[in-house]
Amino acid sequence: MGHFVIVGILVIVFAVLTYFGLDVAGVARQMHPVEASLQSVSIDWMWNWEIIAISFLFALIVVPMAYSMIVFRRKKGDTGEGEHFEGNTTLEIVWTVVPLFIVLVFAYMGSYSLSEIRRVDPNAVVIKVKAQQFAWTFEYPEYGIFSNELHLPVDQQVVLKMESADVIHSFWVPEFRVKQDVVPGRVTEYRITPILVGDYKVRCAELCGTSHAYMQNAVIVDEQNVYDAWIAEQQAIALANQTPAGIGQRLTVKNGCTGCHSIDGSPLTGPTWFGIFGEEVKLADGTVVEVDDAYVAESILDPNAKIVEGYPAPSLMPAYTFTETEIANIIAYIKTLK
Amino acid sequence: MKPTLRGFLFLVVGALLGYALGVGIVSLIAGSLTLVALVPILLATSIGLMAFFWGATGNSAITKGFIWLNLGGVIGFVVGLLLDFIITGFRGLNWNAPVASLFVLLFGFTAFFWGLAGYRAAITRGLVSQILGTLIGAIFVTLIRVLMGLEWKGAFFFTEPAWVLGAFVGVLFFIAGNGSASDWFKWARGIDTPEHHEEHYSGWEKYFNVSLDHKVIGIQYTITALLLISIGGLFALIFRTELAASQLQFLTVDMKLFGQNGPQLYNTFMSLHGMIMIVSILLGVAGIINYAVPLLLGAQDMAFPRLNAFSFWIAVPAAVLLLMSLILGGFDTGWTGYPPLSAKAPVGIQMFFLGVFTAGWSSILGALNVVATVIRMRAKGMTAMRMPIFVWAAVATSIIAMTATQLIGLSFQLVMFQRLFGMGFFDPAKGGNPVLFQHLFWFYSHPAVYVFVLPGLGVISELLPVFARKPLFGYRWIAMSSMGIALVGFVVWAHHMFTSGMNEYLRVPFMYSTLLVAIPTGVKFFSWVATIWKGKLTYPTPMLFVLGAIVVFLLGGLTGPPNAAISVDLHLHDTYFIVGHFHDTIFGGFVFPFFAALYYWFPKATGRRMNETLGKIHFWLMTPSFFVLTLGMMQIGLLGMRRRIVDYDVELGFDSTHLVLTIAGYLIGLSVLIFFYNFFNSIKNGEKAEGNLWNSRSPEWQVPSPMPTHNYEQPFEVVGEPYDYGLAGSKYVEFIAPQQKANINKGEESYVTHTG
Repeated sequence: MGHFVIVGILVIVFAVLTYFGLDVAGVARQMHPVEASLQSVSIDWMWNWEIIAISFLFALIVVPMAYSMIVFRRKKGDTGEGEHFEGNTTLEIVWTVVPLFIVLVFAYMGSYSLSEIRRVDPNAVVIKVKAQQFAWTFEYPEYGIFSNELHLPVDQQVVLKMESADVIHSFWVPEFRVKQDVVPGRVTEYRITPILVGDYKVRCAELCGTSHAYMQNAVIVDEQNVYDAWIAEQQAIALANQTPAGIGQRLTVKNGCTGCHSIDGSPLTGPTWFGIFGEEVKLADGTVVEVDDAYVAESILDPNAKIVEGYPAPSLMPAYTFTETEIANIIAYIKTLK
Repeated sequence: MKPTLRGFLFLVVGALLGYALGVGIVSLIAGSLTLVALVPILLATSIGLMAFFWGATGNSAITKGFIWLNLGGVIGFVVGLLLDFIITGFRGLNWNAPVASLFVLLFGFTAFFWGLAGYRAAITRGLVSQILGTLIGAIFVTLIRVLMGLEWKGAFFFTEPAWVLGAFVGVLFFIAGNGSASDWFKWARGIDTPEHHEEHYSGWEKYFNVSLDHKVIGIQYTITALLLISIGGLFALIFRTELAASQLQFLTVDMKLFGQNGPQLYNTFMSLHGMIMIVSILLGVAGIINYAVPLLLGAQDMAFPRLNAFSFWIAVPAAVLLLMSLILGGFDTGWTGYPPLSAKAPVGIQMFFLGVFTAGWSSILGALNVVATVIRMRAKGMTAMRMPIFVWAAVATSIIAMTATQLIGLSFQLVMFQRLFGMGFFDPAKGGNPVLFQHLFWFYSHPAVYVFVLPGLGVISELLPVFARKPLFGYRWIAMSSMGIALVGFVVWAHHMFTSGMNEYLRVPFMYSTLLVAIPTGVKFFSWVATIWKGKLTYPTPMLFVLGAIVVFLLGGLTGPPNAAISVDLHLHDTYFIVGHFHDTIFGGFVFPFFAALYYWFPKATGRRMNETLGKIHFWLMTPSFFVLTLGMMQIGLLGMRRRIVDYDVELGFDSTHLVLTIAGYLIGLSVLIFFYNFFNSIKNGEKAEGNLWNSRSPEWQVPSPMPTHNYEQPFEVVGEPYDYGLAGSKYVEFIAPQQKANINKGEESYVTHTG
């Protein structure tokens, strides 16, 4: 009986220490990012119970194992066999039924947590999200605004209606915890209630191709008044800036162009637009062309026609259909990037 | 020891020479950036290995193999270069052409076996036929395309349909050429064949030829698995190196190799690491099962020896196809190959699909054979509840492999047809549904992880009593828990799809079913602990790996339930937490037990044992490194590290953790390298171990090692429980006296004539 008492005490001590260690790591933000959404609170609550179970079960197996390995090791010169017992039906039933009960409790808790994070607020703000290789575009349908940054008001449920233009993507802001795939051919829904003002990033969590790692956009949670001011500002900009370049700029945002073509010279999936107009570029087949109106127009309508050296062939860019005016506006915008 | 030392000396010299030669060639042709890095490394490796074996073994077959490898590589390069010259319209030589790389691989690989075992060897004839078949099939399609006025040349010389048919014909040619199906053709023509035909070959040569002996096939499987593990592991080290710091280090955007830039190459390596490891695990599982199960049952062979040989040999062209996918443009979808991304990937994905499809045949047919063998060929007195516990695991695994593998083949085939014929199964624009693919895919690919781990858990249960000197605690419960895991494993697949946009409420039953897996798995853990309780434990290398396996698998098992709880999984899905969890389950459930089994049964197969000291170094180097690797992965995963990314945001502050993970990865690689040296060196130079080395009750240890060709000279009868260690005077098996044996043999012979 002595062995059982010692192991029992050790299991409890080890379990408590393990949980304590993991809890300290959790408090020190070494285990999770900050809780920035109402949903993350419920998810972390569930996670905490998982950690308690893990700590206990890990101790329950590892401690008697380590104890046996030390205490029941074969002593020098001993040639005997171990104690002969083949099983114990009562014990087997106990360690089948008790875990079954625990599993059912955890499944119930899991269902409860799921219902918590899916709680619907009928007044939720609706934002449309378009995902494409390799950028996110956000549309505020109430205000007619398109943006590359997702601005959200704090303490207000929002529902993102997400669509994909090409392959499967996945919307994930680690601080919000929740993740949702964006599937071509359907609209998926992402419901979140931000509770902490701050700057975050949405990152694509489902492998979507070459530049998957860089498919990330800013997510900004603001106080309601700051958010309202941002909306007003965006509307004002859209109204005021009716020059061809201004319209072109909004077109590129709306269509996600800048997900692959940087406007500041930094390298992305496609060639940067910064200072490119009027320059000469070398193509994959060795020829050199000047970036003029005709070249840009051709590259938008048929991305495979001329591929710049060092970029993948066939091109990763889908062929776009724009009107002539729209193309002229985009070119006007590219000309301003110097 | 002396020749080995000379070998290493030659290795250094050869590698340096190869590197210098490579640098020289590159400076001559002034190639691109990639060539500068790759050619010298490649030449250093192949010439270095050649020099190593020259130094260590003299002018032996293996030295000849490496000489031929180098020659074949050069010839392949020239041929490929010329083909590429044709498709670029004679616009100058492209030293970096993927077609050239492809032919280096195919020719070099084939020439290696040609040099090693000669043209008559089944492996050489198979590979030569595969190359011919691939070309014939591809040229056939190309001719049709020319006649129809379609474009006949693609980015990799042939067009995609030509490559697909070519690859398929190549697989058929491999089988036709290597002769593993020839007995069936002879029977069809009314010609009789001998029951066994490996007697033509002596010694090591039989491993390169078609053998019907389950022990030879088991070893063929195991060696192929080890080869693939080292390739898959090499891929992991390559991308682990890239991940050591944020930003792109060497897989940069402006590099170009095999028609891919750095990030694309990263995706290909990462995807192939997954699938090559999966295939290698399937082969490793088949290796252990093939070798051990007939011995444990007291059978002379598997139920269908020819089907057994076929199942092994079909896996070889499958492995070649997987490697071809790397060079033919690769693919960037991960091993899961989700459409629509896989519908847009380069032609490499077709080779990947076909490779998996072909490896699936191997798995299904091999499993069928195991089930038939266990049902029909047990020794006298071996009732279901007196079978060695590993046999239960083998049956449970085989039931899954036999009934679920079809689904991954099917799902990949549908994408293949979507690409080739425009059938929009998963294309929303044509009314298809991308999520349907995920259901089909995971219907196999979740049970598949139980295919990987159940045999490993069987090895743990089989070996623990031997080294604890105690009966296996709760034999019946452990046996039933394997079947329980196999059955529940079929109804949990959608837990991989909680974020996929599938029906919201349908996720809840899948959470329940997933959590239920914990119960039979728990039974195993508790029974193992009770098995070592009050034993007399010793710690030779196999036991160390068994104990390591339990702890690692426990960690993998316990990190599973958080993923099953839907709300938590919405955070964890597609992060490094999953990567860590998954590697824990596979290392605990397969890799550690696989090594345990190799150390344990190595003396049975060779009559010599592996070096204990090196074995312990292997264990103590690998285990802590592995804990660091997976726990580190889980931690950064929780903090926001996505899986399958070539680069991570420096702001996340993961740089130092990733550096540690990379070092841990290299240490695991080093420990496996030590294992390889120990393994191959011990075959010839290991300490002799011909008796019952582990003092086991199991039948295979009651006869001398290495195992006689036709297994038990005298059949045995089961007279007791398998694991009654410590029960005085008890026996598991009793060999039947010769006069009785004569009768049994007669019965067996008439039975044998009815089998394939």
